[in-house]
Amino acid sequence: MALPAKLGEVLELFDTFDDPLDRTNLLLSYADQFKEVPNAVARRPFGCEHRVPHCESEAYVWAMKQPDGTLKLHFAVENPSGVSARALAAILDRTLSGRPAAEIAEVTPDIVERIFRQNISMGKGMGLMSMVQAVRSLAQAAAR
Amino acid sequence: MVRLRHNHGMTDITSRGYAHPEVLVSTEWVAAHLDDPLVRIVESNEDTLLYASGHIPNAVHVDWTADLNDPVRRDYITHKGFAALMSRIGATSETTVVFYGDKNNWWACYAFWVFQLFGHKNARVMDGGRLKWTKEGRPLTRDVPAMKPTKYRAAERNDKPVRAFRDQVLKHVTAKGQLVDVRSPEEYAGTRMHMPDYPNEGALRGGHIPGAKSVPWAKAIDPEDGTFRPASELVDLYVKTNKLKKDKPTIAYCRIGERSSHTWFALKYLLGFKNVKNYDGSWTEWGNSVGLPIEK
Repeated sequence: MALPAKLGEVLELFDTFDDPLDRTNLLLSYADQFKEVPNAVARRPFGCEHRVPHCESEAYVWAMKQPDGTLKLHFAVENPSGVSARALAAILDRTLSGRPAAEIAEVTPDIVERIFRQNISMGKGMGLMSMVQAVRSLAQAAAR
Repeated sequence: MVRLRHNHGMTDITSRGYAHPEVLVSTEWVAAHLDDPLVRIVESNEDTLLYASGHIPNAVHVDWTADLNDPVRRDYITHKGFAALMSRIGATSETTVVFYGDKNNWWACYAFWVFQLFGHKNARVMDGGRLKWTKEGRPLTRDVPAMKPTKYRAAERNDKPVRAFRDQVLKHVTAKGQLVDVRSPEEYAGTRMHMPDYPNEGALRGGHIPGAKSVPWAKAIDPEDGTFRPASELVDLYVKTNKLKKDKPTIAYCRIGERSSHTWFALKYLLGFKNVKNYDGSWTEWGNSVGLPIEK
């Protein structure tokens, strides 16, 4: 199955940015758009069942089924230094929310490499991949 | 709330009983030297986006992966790479380089340690790092300063004084030398193959180097504001509780040598250990090497 169209467009945009500084600024612009999970969906302390494993930025993810059958993704990033996690959360929310669960379930963690490329260390990259995997797992469960 | 003892700037640092208090500067000192042409403030973090999201005015960014490591081999940059880095950040051999960063200066100490491979002794760490600076409500900016490139004559990298390699560590183990394992107790015990909340980065065996004492690196820090604990508390931790002797050669290690550079800094400069080295091969080398002794 093809990637959701909006996500595909964002990945193509990142593909065109070869300069590390340009990529940094683009990632930062996404991080600035990050919106935390609203109180109506979850309040602190967040349930550990929503915690992304292996993410040292202490990220949480929720996938809420909408009346039209699509999913709305929500995130929280508790580590104030977790700028990369907030950037990825904003990208996933903007490109995947409003899509059917079955479509989101096809998104694989390797998108992290296309988005961040040289901007991440190995440990950080695996934590971010875990965020995508957590979204994928929730979407797979919702699609059943 | 920042505790009172941390509000006295340099006086506070010099009163903590450190062997070499001059390697630490306070946030107040940095705030007073933001425009000092003889001072270069350097931010180093794990997350490379953090500097871009806001940093101390006039601070430059040194990224531990892109700037300090050889792009191909598992090793550090050569003296040519270091000269290029110093030129980029506008530093000369006379420049006082002040490191700071997140995670209680974990990566700042790592960058400080790499700078010592090239003998840039005119280096300091800002006590408390990003945590203390932001808790005090001091300014951050996204403006990246334009530094005039310098001509920095870098010495050849000299690993010997502060860096340990695998075979040296093995000899050290055989001679029952002092070792400090600064990873989490679970990593030390071999019940966990990676840091809590971090993924496994590929060690095939768990446990620790035989004879190593377990002293997690962050115990040297006051978690309230990220400052180093006073010498008396560090002595309790390293010397009294863990029986490490200041005059005996000591090797610190962790996973890739970053957390242990923080402990190396505390032992060498704050407690005055005479011969302390950082084994940057650490557990990702030791736990993967064939035939090396492991204790659980």
